Amino acid sequence: MRLVAVAATESVLETVNAVYVSESRRVLATLIRLLGDFDAAEEALHDAFRAALEQWPRDGVPSNPRSWLVSAGRFKAIDGLRRQKRFDPLDEAGAAADIAVEPEVWSGDESVEDDRLRLIFTCCHPALAADAQVALTLREVCGLRTEEIANAFLTPAPTLAQRIVRAKTKIRDAKIPYQVPAREELAERLDTVLRVIYLVFNEGYAASSGSTVTRRDLSGEAIRLGRLLVDLLPEPEAMGLLALMLLHDSRRAARTSADGDVVLLDDQDRSLWDRQQIAEGLRLVRQALSSQQFGAYTIQAAIAAVHADAREASATDWGEIVGLYDVLLRLNPSPVVELNRAVAVAMRDGPEAGLALVDAILARGDLGDYRLAHAARAELCRRLGRTGDARASFERALTLTRQEPERRLLERRLAELSK
Amino acid sequence: MKYLCLVYLESGKLHAVADRECLACGDGLRKSGMLLAAEPLYPVETATTVRVRNGAVSVTDGPFAETKEQLAGFYLIDARDLNEAIQVAAKIPPAREGSVEVRPVRELNP
Repeated sequence: MRLVAVAATESVLETVNAVYVSESRRVLATLIRLLGDFDAAEEALHDAFRAALEQWPRDGVPSNPRSWLVSAGRFKAIDGLRRQKRFDPLDEAGAAADIAVEPEVWSGDESVEDDRLRLIFTCCHPALAADAQVALTLREVCGLRTEEIANAFLTPAPTLAQRIVRAKTKIRDAKIPYQVPAREELAERLDTVLRVIYLVFNEGYAASSGSTVTRRDLSGEAIRLGRLLVDLLPEPEAMGLLALMLLHDSRRAARTSADGDVVLLDDQDRSLWDRQQIAEGLRLVRQALSSQQFGAYTIQAAIAAVHADAREASATDWGEIVGLYDVLLRLNPSPVVELNRAVAVAMRDGPEAGLALVDAILARGDLGDYRLAHAARAELCRRLGRTGDARASFERALTLTRQEPERRLLERRLAELSK
Repeated sequence: MKYLCLVYLESGKLHAVADRECLACGDGLRKSGMLLAAEPLYPVETATTVRVRNGAVSVTDGPFAETKEQLAGFYLIDARDLNEAIQVAAKIPPAREGSVEVRPVRELNP
C-alpha cells in the first residue's frame, strides 16, 4: 500500500517538473500582468510551484495545471501583501484598496499568449540598455538562471545580476508598460526584439571571444525565442530571422573539425548539414519573401538559402547571391554588407573583380580594423598568386582576431602560403 | 504618472526652433490635459549655482560642469506610462535639434 503511494508521489513529482518546464514562463508572464511587478511575480511563481508540490500528491494533478498555478500564485502574492500590511497598521486602508482594485482576472489561453508577447516586448523595451534587454529576455522569457547567462556571456555573475536589477527598477520606477505595442509602433519595436534575439544567436554561433566557436545553448535559446515569436506574432521579418538562424545553425556540425578548428563554407562536408532545419528555414524564407514586406533578415536568410540549396560548393549560384546582396545593400547600406558582396562577386567573376571592390572599401577608410576584411583580401590575393600581399593581409587579420579557433585557421593559411 | 521632459540643446541651437512652434506645442499638450508646466530657460551663462556647506551659503557663477549640450527648457507632463511620455517627448519641437531626457517624477516619502 505504502509502496503504491510512494510510486504515485514520484510520478506526481515528475508531472510537477514537466509542468515547470512547459508552463513556468507562461505562468510568470501572466503573474507579472496580474501583480504588476516582476519580483513579486517571480516570488509568486515559486510559491505556486511549492504549493503544487505539497497539494498535487495529496489532491491529484488539477485538470488545468496552468490556471491552477496562476490562481495559486496570485493568491499567495495577495495573501503575502495582506500579511505584510498587517504589521504596518498605518497602511491598513491602503492594503484593503490594493486588494480591492484587482486587475482583470486571468482568462483563457488567448490572454496567456498575449502575456508572453507582453513579456517579450517589455524585456526588449528600447528604454532599457541593450545588454540589459538581452539579460532580462534570457532570464524572464527563457527562464535561464543568472549564472547561466553570465557564463554564456563571459560576464561576472554579479555584474549581470546588477544589470537585471537595474532594468527591473527602471521598468517599475519609470513605469514601462506591460503591453504589446500599438500597430503604428509595432515595426520599430519589433526591430528591437529581433535584434536581441539575433544578438543572442550570434553570441552562441560565433562567440566574439573565448575558446569555443559555438556555444550551442545560446543559439538554441535564440531559435526557441524566434519560434515563440513567430508563433505569437507571425510578422514576415520575424519569420525571416527564424529562417536565417535555422539555416546558419543547420551547418553547425560541419563548421568545426573534430579538433575544434574552423571549417570554411567551401570546405564543409555538406552531408553533415541538418536537412530538417534547412527544410524549415527554406519554407520560412519563401513565406517571408511572398509577403512583400520583408526586411534585411529575410534577405540574409535568402542568401543562406542559396548556399543551403547547393549540394556542393561548386554548385552555388553566385549570381543569385550577388543579386540578393544588391537588394540588401539598398535596404541596409553598410561596409560589411559591401564586403560580403565583394566576396560573392569574386566567386562569380573571379578574384580580381572581388579584390578591386575590397580594396576600394579599405581605401575609403572603412573596415580597417575589421579582421574579416583583411582575411578576405588575403584569400583573394592568394588566389591571384600575390603571395606577399596575401601574407601581409593574413598577418593584419591575425592581429585583429580575438578568437582562438579563428587564430589557428589564419595561422594555418599563413603556413600554407610558404609551401 | 508625472514625467519631467528636459530639453537639451547645443549653445548654437538655442534658437533653432521658433518660439511660435514651441508655444503651439505647449498649447496642444495643455488641451490634451497632459501638460502641468513648461518653460524655456535663458542660456547657461546666466546660471548661478548655490550650495550650502557647513551652514554657509556659497554662490558661484554657472553650472559646475562644462558640457556641449545645455538645459534649454522643460515640460512637466502627466502621462499614463513611459510609452505615452516618449510619444509626447518626440513631439517637443527641439527634439529634432537636440535631445529630450525623460525622467519619471518621484514621490517624496512623508
